[in-house]
Amino acid sequence: MSHPPTVQSPRTGKSALRRFVDAAEPWFYSAPVLVLILAVMLVPLILGLSYAFRDIQLLNPFSGGFVGLKHLQALSQDQAFYRALRNTLWWTGASVFLQFLFGLILALLLDKPFAGRGIAQALVFLPWAVPTFLAGLNWAWLFNPVIGPLPHWMAALGILSAPDNILADPHLAMWGPIIANVWWGIPFFAITLLAALQAIPRDLYEAAEIDGAGPLQRFVSITLPFLAPTIAITILLRTVWIANFADLIIVMTNGGPADRTQIVASYIFTQAFRRLDFGYASAIALVLLVLLLAYSMVIVIIRQRLIEKD
Amino acid sequence: MTGRLLLTIAHRLAILAYIVFALFPLFWLLKVSVTPNDLLYSEGVRLWPSHATLDHYRFVLENSAFPTFFKNSLIVAGSTSVAVTALSSLAGYALSRFRFRGKYALVALMLITQMFPLVMLVAPIFKMLSPLGLTNSLTGLVIVYTAFNVPFATFLMQSFFDGIPKDLEEAAMIDGASRFVAFRQIILPLTLPGIAATLGFVFTAAWSELLFALMLISGNASATFPVGLLTFVSKFSVDFGQMMAAGVMALIPACLFFLLIQRYLVQGLTAGAVKG
Repeated sequence: MSHPPTVQSPRTGKSALRRFVDAAEPWFYSAPVLVLILAVMLVPLILGLSYAFRDIQLLNPFSGGFVGLKHLQALSQDQAFYRALRNTLWWTGASVFLQFLFGLILALLLDKPFAGRGIAQALVFLPWAVPTFLAGLNWAWLFNPVIGPLPHWMAALGILSAPDNILADPHLAMWGPIIANVWWGIPFFAITLLAALQAIPRDLYEAAEIDGAGPLQRFVSITLPFLAPTIAITILLRTVWIANFADLIIVMTNGGPADRTQIVASYIFTQAFRRLDFGYASAIALVLLVLLLAYSMVIVIIRQRLIEKD
Repeated sequence: MTGRLLLTIAHRLAILAYIVFALFPLFWLLKVSVTPNDLLYSEGVRLWPSHATLDHYRFVLENSAFPTFFKNSLIVAGSTSVAVTALSSLAGYALSRFRFRGKYALVALMLITQMFPLVMLVAPIFKMLSPLGLTNSLTGLVIVYTAFNVPFATFLMQSFFDGIPKDLEEAAMIDGASRFVAFRQIILPLTLPGIAATLGFVFTAAWSELLFALMLISGNASATFPVGLLTFVSKFSVDFGQMMAAGVMALIPACLFFLLIQRYLVQGLTAGAVKG
């Protein structure tokens, strides 16, 4: 199969076929992934954006026509949507803050070697392996006064006036999914921050100690500056992820009572899954996407400013 | 020195508090699953029932559709993790070893897929799969889950390939092996830990997925565990013992895979750092 050597000039070295094969080689490895992402993620994304301007109801065979901005106009009048927006802020802010705070404390506790650290680490990280639907059900059961201990304990401590289910209380219901989310998400922050902590050179601490810096001073002037980039990027990415994370809410409260725990992501799912109104669901999704894009742009600009300052 | 001793005690107590907080919900799940029905309400907040039973497990295994759900979930999570690992090791290798036109576009596309809310795709994917007969089918779920997990897994595999020196396959190629043979026979065996970690991550993710399974699957025959359990909860919301027995069973595969990948968690999450 070898080519006669005279055909190949020493200047080009390779035949056209050979050059094509070389150029195609990376695509031989990456084409399956590319095709899959295009077909199952990018095409549905574009299709979904077009649904936002069409009347698509699964049970109505006459639907499908273009309706222009009708969905977006309806959305601008939709009080449930504005409530979902406010709930999303509250859900995301409280979850991210508490996960980060307790994750940071846990990472600091696990940073120094001690007897039994391996097993302690495996145990405290275990919630992360629990499937989210199960985490949601598990916490819903814990809050249920019939079989769960939490209402009775909270009543005994005087936090609740009677052992009632907080998931049924419009003013307290959001705390249920938030607590479940914190329980489930602490390991993620702890693992990420622990990895960053372990990368700090140890001799820095020794030098600071010799210079007479106390533990608090060492934390503020060594640990925090080293962790800052990891903290920033983790919180930013996690904020987007949690804002879109509807599983716990769908499982625990389904958005109720009286829409008090409905976030935008669960509202989209409810419109598509229960009301089968794909057009309206896609219009909400479009608005959510624009908001997330705006958030990301703001982050990029802030980051750029900070870099220019340095 | 008492100050240091106090500090050590405080440290251990704090660790203990975290462990109790992490394990208590799972412990309660186990406790209710072994509590006989007649003690469930009379001994409500006791930490362990005065006598334990496996009746709920027996009932769930023998008289419910949970064995089917369990089998469906194993098929879906197993196929998805194998497919994703195979595809992402190829793509991860390309990103690690080649410089080619379109590489940055590919990376950007994969990063974008990590940023937008997947719940947006619920409706269009249903509309796309329905005429193909892929709704209410495990194959449809495997295709969707594979696509969702492949970007993160590719970044993960790339980071593992980056840790292996290029000289290895270059030496083999000088000896006359084609690149693909070198990749398969030399590089892949060296990334076995990475392959195990990817399998574990993807298996856990596919095992836990709820929203798309709810949308795409109706009826017991092809329901996965999350769908089955949730339907069970809304239909028979008084059988707490049985539900929790089913819950404990859903927990087992996820925990096994967690123990398998636990060592690679730090490496994996710092490499990807985009997805939980």
